[in-house]
Amino acid sequence: MKVGVFVCHCGSNIEATVDTAAVAAAAREFPGVVFATDTMYTCSEPGQDEIVNAIKEHNLGGIVVASCTPRMHEQTFRRTVERAGLNKYLFEMANIREHVSWIGKDREANTNKSVDLVRMATEKLLRNRPLYSKKFDINKRVLVIGGGVAGIQAALDCADGGLEVVMVEKTSTIGGKMAKLDKTFPTVDCSSCILGPRMVDVAQHPNITLYAYSEIEEINGYVGNFEIKVKKKATYVNWDSCTGCGICMEKCPSKKATDYFNEGIGKTTAINIPFPQAIPKKAKIDPDFCTKLTKGKCGVCAKVCPSGCIDYEMQDEFVTEKVGAIVTATGYDLFDWSVYGEYGAGRYPDVITGLQYERMLSASGPTGGHIKRPSDGKEPKNIVFIQCVGSRDKSVGRPYCTGFCCMYTAKQAILTKDHLPDSQSYVFYMDIRAVGKLYDEFTRRAMEEYDTKYIRGRVSMIYPKGEKLLVRGADTLMGSQVEVDADLVVLAVGAEASAGASELAEKLRISYDSYGFYMEGHPKLKPVETNTAGVYLAGACQGPKDIPSSVAQGSAAAAKVLGLFSKDQLESDPQVSIVDIKRCIGCGKCIQTCPFGAIKEMEFRGMVKADVIETICQGCGICTSTCPQGAIQLQHSTDNQILSEVNALCQF
Amino acid sequence: MKVININLSYNSDFVTQVEEESGQKLNNCYQCGKCTAGCPYTEEYDISVSQIMRLTQAGQKEQVLQANSLWLCATCESCTARCPNQIDVARIMDVLRHMARKEGYVGTGRVKTFWDSFLSSVKNNGRVFEVGLLVNYISHTGRFWTDIGLGPKVLPKGKIHFKPTEMQGKKEVAKIFMRFKEESAR
Repeated sequence: MKVGVFVCHCGSNIEATVDTAAVAAAAREFPGVVFATDTMYTCSEPGQDEIVNAIKEHNLGGIVVASCTPRMHEQTFRRTVERAGLNKYLFEMANIREHVSWIGKDREANTNKSVDLVRMATEKLLRNRPLYSKKFDINKRVLVIGGGVAGIQAALDCADGGLEVVMVEKTSTIGGKMAKLDKTFPTVDCSSCILGPRMVDVAQHPNITLYAYSEIEEINGYVGNFEIKVKKKATYVNWDSCTGCGICMEKCPSKKATDYFNEGIGKTTAINIPFPQAIPKKAKIDPDFCTKLTKGKCGVCAKVCPSGCIDYEMQDEFVTEKVGAIVTATGYDLFDWSVYGEYGAGRYPDVITGLQYERMLSASGPTGGHIKRPSDGKEPKNIVFIQCVGSRDKSVGRPYCTGFCCMYTAKQAILTKDHLPDSQSYVFYMDIRAVGKLYDEFTRRAMEEYDTKYIRGRVSMIYPKGEKLLVRGADTLMGSQVEVDADLVVLAVGAEASAGASELAEKLRISYDSYGFYMEGHPKLKPVETNTAGVYLAGACQGPKDIPSSVAQGSAAAAKVLGLFSKDQLESDPQVSIVDIKRCIGCGKCIQTCPFGAIKEMEFRGMVKADVIETICQGCGICTSTCPQGAIQLQHSTDNQILSEVNALCQF
Repeated sequence: MKVININLSYNSDFVTQVEEESGQKLNNCYQCGKCTAGCPYTEEYDISVSQIMRLTQAGQKEQVLQANSLWLCATCESCTARCPNQIDVARIMDVLRHMARKEGYVGTGRVKTFWDSFLSSVKNNGRVFEVGLLVNYISHTGRFWTDIGLGPKVLPKGKIHFKPTEMQGKKEVAKIFMRFKEESAR
């Protein structure tokens, strides 16, 4: 093979600390290399043309580019060599930017290391073989996990685009966190009035199948052909006949069940429909509080139900769905603020979370839209909002900014004045992060028009003083310690990854960051993709997000799915493991170690052999390092190719 | 340092009065600090102008009206010219000065004495007579040595006259003082 080498300056990124001309000169002496040069920007159009021209002029059979990381431009250069008529796998990249020029200043040492890396790449290239993708059929259905506003948007966009959608929601109604909100910033729109119709659309869309009160049990398969096992949790109510009339709720004698939808403000009945606009509007029994299920006595709901749909014997049910793509929209949960002993750790009933306050403000909430102190039901006069509770705080392991608390606090302060004109709101803040269209104007309005007193500083403690709570903080702008006699304290509690996010990530085979938020494919250029083909992200599961951003990401994920499904067949990546049947002894070790279940047993002339299912194999290479015979080889990274690189490096 | 109870010590009458007399809305201030940044007197101030704004916002009347800064402000209006929220900060400083004087908050006698000596000199002479002002100020404060070092520098240059210079309109200036006295008595 005649090899051509291109050493990139990357402007001054590489050239400043690597003598690229010297690297090119050294490369000319390597076996197989017939052409080597240094170029200013190899990835630019003239840079790529230079590669194409060199291939034609010197009849090259393979190309090495020494430049940035392959994550950046491997695809770019593979297309370039393909344009010149070569197979795209007859190309190698040596990373002399991230691995050399950016991390060292010694020009001589850097140049030597670059020469080594180019030598390794050349040696590997000499052993590269042309590889060809295979085509396979895809199932044009999509699974949306999570029925919050991001999932709803993704589902509706996919369904409107003609795809069949399966939506799986953990709770008994869709709507997510947005359904719990009273109003939305910065327009102060009624949240359920703008979300409600979308929820109804999901229920009525002919292309959407909704599994509420269900969870993902198992995910198998690969892009285009996933197989999903869904667990439909027992509701003890036959939803096919339940009309959502609510008579069971009226008559249920067990009225002390935890009201999850209302964030524990008030109690609900053991059999309940979370809220009037619930989709699906079906009752379910909370088995922890139902006396029939716990003690075997009662059965009132079964007697009063006009449709006879109560079934105390109901069991979890499993269904299997086949889809070609998955949109993950599992949202967030609130940080457990009880770690803050200085704020009472939950001991003071009049210290509540922003989401609880939201339920209190809502006309359909447990207080009918009246702001009341949970302790004595009195109207509060002085209301203190504390921002950054569980945000921007390393000491509780939450150093990140949740990003939307500044805005919802401003909104709640405005709503407080609307509900209680004689009240006075105080906001303790560290910074006001109002980045968004009409956002800063909104927070300013809270201060200028609604006379909310903003105090720059964190609160160090809250303690009871008679009926009131004394909030002790600092006003760093004034330069003093301050305190407020508060009737009610609302904590702007930050967001964290939703419960069970990491377990789901393992089923999806996607990665997540140290806080449990799912990792996007690239922080700038692949914001909705994951590193697993066919799995996309929408909303706060990828990181805390407000409603407009979640909706935008929901639509973006839908666009990605529709784009993926615009083809009838997909091309598989040929960088997969292949078994040399003559060497395989059928020990089955590879089958045991494969994390993707991509290897199965087969019979060949009466002998057991391993066989790779190419479409499932992700090319991780665990099998190749396990195989005692070297019979299973990962294409494009075979043992011989890797050893040739080692030899190139350790020749002296 | 004292703990300030934000709601109990909030003097809403004070805030309303400052807003009415200055025509400025105190909540418009978002505490960027540009006024302090541009103020030529910041290094002499006991409370910087942005902190004066913050304390006024928070209704901390006592602390604001006792501030020495009010009397050091030269009304150069850099603060007003540069305020991103178009607040006339210098006007607020002026209002605060008036309030401090009227309500007897002027804690530092020296500043008040200086202004009194200055104005009495203008009243008597039509314009300020430096040596007269000096004698008046020193006799009220007893600060003989504070500015003595300036003498050798300015005397040879003929900057100091030992008797007031005659000027036109002296009576008219005196009338202004008369009118102020009459009208403020009403």
